[in-house]
Amino acid sequence: MSAHNAIAHQPPADALPPPPAPGDPLAIQVEGLSKTFRIPTHRVDSLKERVVRPFAKPDYRELHALRGISFEIRQGEFFGIVGRNGSGKSTLLKLLASIYRADAGTIRIAGRLAPFIELGVGFNQDLTARENVLLNGVMMGLTPKEVRHRLDAIIEFAELEEFADLKLKNYSSGMLVRLAFSVMMEADADVLLIDEVLAVGDASFQQKCADAFHEMKARGKTIVLVTHEMETVEDYCHRAMLISDGSIQRLGDPGEIGREYLRLNFERESTATIHEGESESEEIRLVDARIEGADGSRLSQVEHGETIRIALELEVKRDLPGVDVGFLLANADGVGIFNFGIPVGEAEGRRDLAAGQRLTVRAELQNSLVAGRYFIHCGINRAFEGGIALYLQNAIDFLVFGGPQTRGVVYPGIEIEANVEEGGR
Amino acid sequence: MNVSPERQPLPLREVSGPSALGGGRRRFFDLLWLMSVTEFRRTYFGTVFGYLWSLVRPLMLFGVLLFVFTQVFRIGAKLDNYPVLLLLGIVLYTFFQEATSNAVTSVVSQEGVVRKTQFPRLVIPISVVVTAAFNLLLNLVVVFVFILAWGVEPKLTWLLFPVAIFFLFLLTTAVSMLLSVLYVRFRDVAIIWVVIAQMLFYATPILYPLGRFGLEDETIEQWLMVNPLAVIFEQVRVWILEPDAPTAAEAAGGAIHLLPAAVIFVALCVLGVWTFRREAPRIAEEL
Repeated sequence: MSAHNAIAHQPPADALPPPPAPGDPLAIQVEGLSKTFRIPTHRVDSLKERVVRPFAKPDYRELHALRGISFEIRQGEFFGIVGRNGSGKSTLLKLLASIYRADAGTIRIAGRLAPFIELGVGFNQDLTARENVLLNGVMMGLTPKEVRHRLDAIIEFAELEEFADLKLKNYSSGMLVRLAFSVMMEADADVLLIDEVLAVGDASFQQKCADAFHEMKARGKTIVLVTHEMETVEDYCHRAMLISDGSIQRLGDPGEIGREYLRLNFERESTATIHEGESESEEIRLVDARIEGADGSRLSQVEHGETIRIALELEVKRDLPGVDVGFLLANADGVGIFNFGIPVGEAEGRRDLAAGQRLTVRAELQNSLVAGRYFIHCGINRAFEGGIALYLQNAIDFLVFGGPQTRGVVYPGIEIEANVEEGGR
Repeated sequence: MNVSPERQPLPLREVSGPSALGGGRRRFFDLLWLMSVTEFRRTYFGTVFGYLWSLVRPLMLFGVLLFVFTQVFRIGAKLDNYPVLLLLGIVLYTFFQEATSNAVTSVVSQEGVVRKTQFPRLVIPISVVVTAAFNLLLNLVVVFVFILAWGVEPKLTWLLFPVAIFFLFLLTTAVSMLLSVLYVRFRDVAIIWVVIAQMLFYATPILYPLGRFGLEDETIEQWLMVNPLAVIFEQVRVWILEPDAPTAAEAAGGAIHLLPAAVIFVALCVLGVWTFRREAPRIAEEL
């Protein structure tokens, strides 16, 4: 984790137990866990079809959701699991929660595990809050007696005392979420399995959830959190695991995992190319526009603090007296951040550009942009006649990851210090 | 070691994934009871006339059939106890039909819970049967009031009635388990079952009493006794209403001829349990 992150996202340090260390007892032990889904290309879903064509071999496509993964989570650990959609993280969660059965490998869990795949699953709209809490609690493995014992506390935490005997269909969505969350908090399982439930409710309830999480962490509960929110992972987790394509890509420090995840995430999302049709005029044709790595490879993302290498290749279609090539860098909101450019072909007196000639413009700049998506627009202007020879909207589209999470668009290298004069009263 | 002394490290236990009964017997019965009771309350006490409505359906059917079979076809007119026999039969069959047809879609309609929480899967179809059984108990109170009002003398054999109910419950549960899990894979099971349930109604001696003044065809009676439901219903008739009526064994033409029904009964139970246990771990994936 960078020094900056540590400052910006330090959770309240008071009363936190030290993070679990190697040698502490395990809460979850997973060994060689595999899961393959067989997806029928032609689904036989009626008995009729089965009877009419009894020997038709169903065709399957195999989807390896998990490919033999192993890891351990210690008791009292706050453990994050991150991964793109389809990476296998939901499958892993459902295997841990005993909703799916593994094809191979073992899962060992210490104590009782309560899964929260979705808030309020199993709530029946036609029952009252009280009845639902009872049903939900028993479903999570408490005895009816235990739930009745906690019923009032649960209703109170959800701030729903006045509505305890109201049917859920008359609840607002906010009330539902509060009820569900408070059931979860009172479930008192030894291991909590939580899937992106933090992003619910209004701001004040979110704060309450955040407090509750800190409290659970302080009480030394083992919590496994699956999320897309890197900030959450960095704020709460002792360790995190990145899953990609059914295997563990990386396991360790949440900050590193967060950066790795962003890199992985943006690698595929960004196309880093040009709009069709706009790449050619009568005078100039765009050959290629890209961000390059130090070795000349094509990139779609640049880490904060690294160098952005822009390369633009053009082909001249008609003799031209010279052009000015300009770049405008804009963020995803369409706000121009800065521009820069260079005249081509006119520097040494009047050296015309001839039809068929190729020209390449390269620019290198220090990446002080904060994480996000950026666009580079290019304008190629006629040097003497004036006017635009070719305008390339979104010629390059790239992503910036890493760096500090701050407000604004850029974060240049900043050295800041404060001195307090000695003495005084 | 970071663990505070009061927090004992818990031992690791292997989890084997979802199953029909997983999570311990205690939890299974807690959940079964709670789900059945809440569902029963929801259905029958949710509206002012909740329970009355549930009684209206079998009573309407009873009224129509009573009219048709005493006034039009006159089968029932020959038999003194025909109306009570008909009512008892309809109430018992209503239980079987209500439980099984609700069970067919039960697992699929609980999709959200099945895909997102872990609990013994078997609770779902069985709680449907238990809910229907609560309803049956209430209906039976009405039926017995009617039976006594009709002038049927209480007999010692009434004590055997729970045995018949037990076998009926067992059969209903087995069929419900089988149907609920088949429906996950084969969606036409629901339609097929409507037809089969209708056929079973006629293949069970409810409308037409067996023996003298009734069906009066021994070959058909023997064939009917292949149906386990028919055996149960005929025994109920003998035990509750008419000690002189042919017992199931007599109708079948000898106790040995009850063997097919017994085999079918056991086979259905075994098939239900076996299929459900086999499919339970994969239900969440199939949905």
